[in-house]
Amino acid sequence: MYSTAMSLSAAAAAVAGGASLRPDVIRPAGLRFCGLRREALGLRSLQCSPQVSARRSVSAGAAAAENGAHGSGGFDYDLVIIGAGVGGHGAALHAVEKGLKTAIIEGDVVGGTCVNRGCVPSKALLAVSGKMRELQDEHHMKSLGLQVSSAGYDRQAVADHANNLASKIRSNLTNSMKALGVDILTGFGTIVGKQKVRYGKVGFPDNEITARNIIIATGSIPFVPKGIEIDGKTVFTSDHALKLESVPDWIAIVGSGYIGLEFSDVYTALGSEVTFVEAFDQLMPGFDPEIAKLAQRILINPRKIDYHTGVFASKITPAKDGKPVLIELIDAKTKEHKETLEVDAALIATGRAPYIKGLGLENINVVTQRGFVPVDERMQVMDADGNAVPNLYCIGDANGKLMLAHAASAQGISVVEQICGKDNILNHLSIPAACFTHPEISMVGLTEPQAREKADKERFEVSVVKTSFKANTKALAENEGDGLAKMIYRPDTGEILGVHILGLHAADLIHEASNAIALGTRVQDIKFVVHAHPTLSEVLDELFKAAKLLQLSSSIKRRDMIKTLVG
Amino acid sequence: MAGLLYLHSTLLTSASALRRRAGAPASSSRRRCRVEAKIREIFMPALSSTMTEGKIISWTAAEGDRLAKGDPVVVVESDKADMDVETFHDGFLAAVLVPAGESAPVGSAIALLAESEEEIPLAQSQFASFSPSSSPPPPQETAAQEASPPPPAPAAVSAPAPPSPATQGGVRVVASPYAKKLAKDLGVDLFSVTGSGPGGRIVAKDAEAAAAAPKKAAPVAAARPDVPLGSTVLFTTMQGAVSKNMVESLAVPTFRVGYTITTDALDALYKKIKSKGVTMTALLAKATAMALVQHPVVNSSCRDGKSFTYNSSISIAVAVAVDGGLITPVLQDADKVDIYSLSRKWKELVDKARAKQLQPHEYNSGTFTLSNLGMFGVDRFDAILPPGTGAIMALGALQPTVVGTKDGRIGIKNQMQVNVTADHRVIYGADLAAFLQTLSKIIEDPKDLTF
Repeated sequence: MYSTAMSLSAAAAAVAGGASLRPDVIRPAGLRFCGLRREALGLRSLQCSPQVSARRSVSAGAAAAENGAHGSGGFDYDLVIIGAGVGGHGAALHAVEKGLKTAIIEGDVVGGTCVNRGCVPSKALLAVSGKMRELQDEHHMKSLGLQVSSAGYDRQAVADHANNLASKIRSNLTNSMKALGVDILTGFGTIVGKQKVRYGKVGFPDNEITARNIIIATGSIPFVPKGIEIDGKTVFTSDHALKLESVPDWIAIVGSGYIGLEFSDVYTALGSEVTFVEAFDQLMPGFDPEIAKLAQRILINPRKIDYHTGVFASKITPAKDGKPVLIELIDAKTKEHKETLEVDAALIATGRAPYIKGLGLENINVVTQRGFVPVDERMQVMDADGNAVPNLYCIGDANGKLMLAHAASAQGISVVEQICGKDNILNHLSIPAACFTHPEISMVGLTEPQAREKADKERFEVSVVKTSFKANTKALAENEGDGLAKMIYRPDTGEILGVHILGLHAADLIHEASNAIALGTRVQDIKFVVHAHPTLSEVLDELFKAAKLLQLSSSIKRRDMIKTLVG
Repeated sequence: MAGLLYLHSTLLTSASALRRRAGAPASSSRRRCRVEAKIREIFMPALSSTMTEGKIISWTAAEGDRLAKGDPVVVVESDKADMDVETFHDGFLAAVLVPAGESAPVGSAIALLAESEEEIPLAQSQFASFSPSSSPPPPQETAAQEASPPPPAPAAVSAPAPPSPATQGGVRVVASPYAKKLAKDLGVDLFSVTGSGPGGRIVAKDAEAAAAAPKKAAPVAAARPDVPLGSTVLFTTMQGAVSKNMVESLAVPTFRVGYTITTDALDALYKKIKSKGVTMTALLAKATAMALVQHPVVNSSCRDGKSFTYNSSISIAVAVAVDGGLITPVLQDADKVDIYSLSRKWKELVDKARAKQLQPHEYNSGTFTLSNLGMFGVDRFDAILPPGTGAIMALGALQPTVVGTKDGRIGIKNQMQVNVTADHRVIYGADLAAFLQTLSKIIEDPKDLTF
């Protein structure tokens, strides 16, 4: 956290002078993607001017050295971000808004995983698969009175759509940073010491820069368990899959989390058959169990998908010489061999591992935990002795707190706020997550078992309300009545603990709930807000209206009684 | 704003949440005082007033499955259709007492439901003291730990041994997911299928081809073409019900009145609107309904031997032959519904009847019955009156007949002979004759049928 003594009059004069403060720039027209927030144009309240205050402590004679490229207090930059993915980008934009001189180091492509190998291309493919699925669902079309002659697709065109979208977003991102004056430095960044970063491309000489604050935002890469041989063609990870170089007849997907689930949606819509290999005993272990059960009924059972649970893929051999891909399955607990699958392709979706290669963490006495950079609730990096390393932060997938794009940028913004002197602790329970299958799944907060566990520990009651999409006019108008929404809340205080939605547009609908949790809105307050009719958001309206609170009067009485007893 | 459409809204609130904990260890100290192992029985329900015993078609849930109130547990064949039976309580399916394929009397226990997972072994030991005649079905765990590829839990367990095409004695079957699904649905044994996919893999079309092959694995119950000559075959539930109804009808004093109706005008109308999905059955049902409007006594019945029961609506039941029996889907309010909707509804009902999925109210709410054997060329026959109704009309085939016309000429007209059997306790000769006269007038001048 950065704090400096700052005399008011000096600060005022500095603002008025504003010599090295960033001038207003024209922002590129509202770009919104991957949950990145952009603050309103020209917000200049609480201007963060660390260089101004630091300047005051330096003698006037040194003022000449501070103009132009160099930041204040002898640092090249106020903030250097290692990694220009979604997290780094979000932090950079916010930093510039706050007047910080910012640089961002990127060794591969701007946009990182999300733009190039994640959210963006996968959503493009899912859009295609959604449309394919609809057009091929004769029964559904007939029920609406439509006839569609057999729908087909051109694999290369689909792959191009995803590719082009990724390129477009990538250049948008780059331009947005350039336009704001963020220095984009090419190379892999290494922390060589306190507030010092070295970067450079392979084969080129390194540069060294100093920064008052450093944010590590290096992200993650697909995790490949040992025993699995990747060849990029028949055995591959999401990185390769998103290029859609082929559509196999039968693909095994190792891992049934949201990445595996989304790919099963894409592949089955394009005509493949899928087999899930899941280590846990249930499919979709990360979801609320009730939602997972319904999701299985809607997303798995009626499709050409089967599954093996409670098993590991101990060895996967890519296809060669006409032989198919061989997958050896062992029981997750007893480790004895159960079966060998012979499939055309295998997608490894067993999670993501943090990318901290070459970061030089050892130079500052930081030791990773299970590969992740340890941080506290303020995203400050913790060293091996358990102390926060000053001026060093880590956001996004690299710290493993919540591996989602918008969580990374939210964490980045939180860090920048702290750098500018305003304490900020991000409430991760208010960050929504979504799975873009058809129909979509989304959630925010705790699952029902998690809520009940917390309730047991902290001795409060938990209530659950549910509603089906079958009760929603808009969903029925589209003949998409399959779906469920549930809300878990405290009937004594009205606090919303978690909301889970499976259904049409679930990923968009969840935000009403995540907003409520973020702002601390209680059930009794939100009960009365009006939702337009007929819209899908009435599904949430149903939840809010159905929630019942314990009689407030009795809890007040009890409280008063206790007060009088205690005196 | 228009009210919200509350169709099938499932709203559940649980205030006392502490009771329901997903697999949490029994910390009974926090539960209510009287905590005993609660083993509930799932009973064979009475799915119709005439049902005395039901046959279990398949178990939707497997032993060890966690069930929530309202989840389907088992499919039971009643005397009329196959019905999903749901559980009224949350819990775990602890033991299946009557395996698929066997019957149980209405009211007897067919499965045990344990309240919590740890009570399952207790329930299973209780089961040992239950009906020893039925052999315990193979217990299935929730996860696919021991079992092989076929998906666990939610899959329906069919009567023959579930196909497990896995590591049995070194013989491995490689089949694609869709092939496996089809094999299960079509009753194909994967071991007997040769694969045509890459590496000898069994793909979907192999499973389909095997199913379409002349010798089908499991014969449908009492398939009519294959009558086992020289043997005695017990009635199915449906056949038992038909037999019972027919015997009951002997107690009703019936009489019959016949009539010949000229159907040229109706035929012409049928040709005109056939393309809109209208069927002859629907036309006849509508004509009958409209005639009944003018003769409500023919739509009445005698339930207790001493009074007229005048029905408030006209619902025409039409007899349909289905595999192994006979059922009477009902066209409700046939006089009020337009001919096009009636035809659509009729098609729906026939499909459901063939799939044995008619709901009770869809087959036992008729007030007047139609039976048509005209498609076989039958010119005239007597139908037996179904209990609980007042009359049934038997329709013969349309036959071109030489007739003398009003102006003294000879011509050929299509004529149909109808024969009504009625309960003389409530319907008298004159009533019936008048009804038939009205009906014939409507059919011979059918412009009102398509209002």
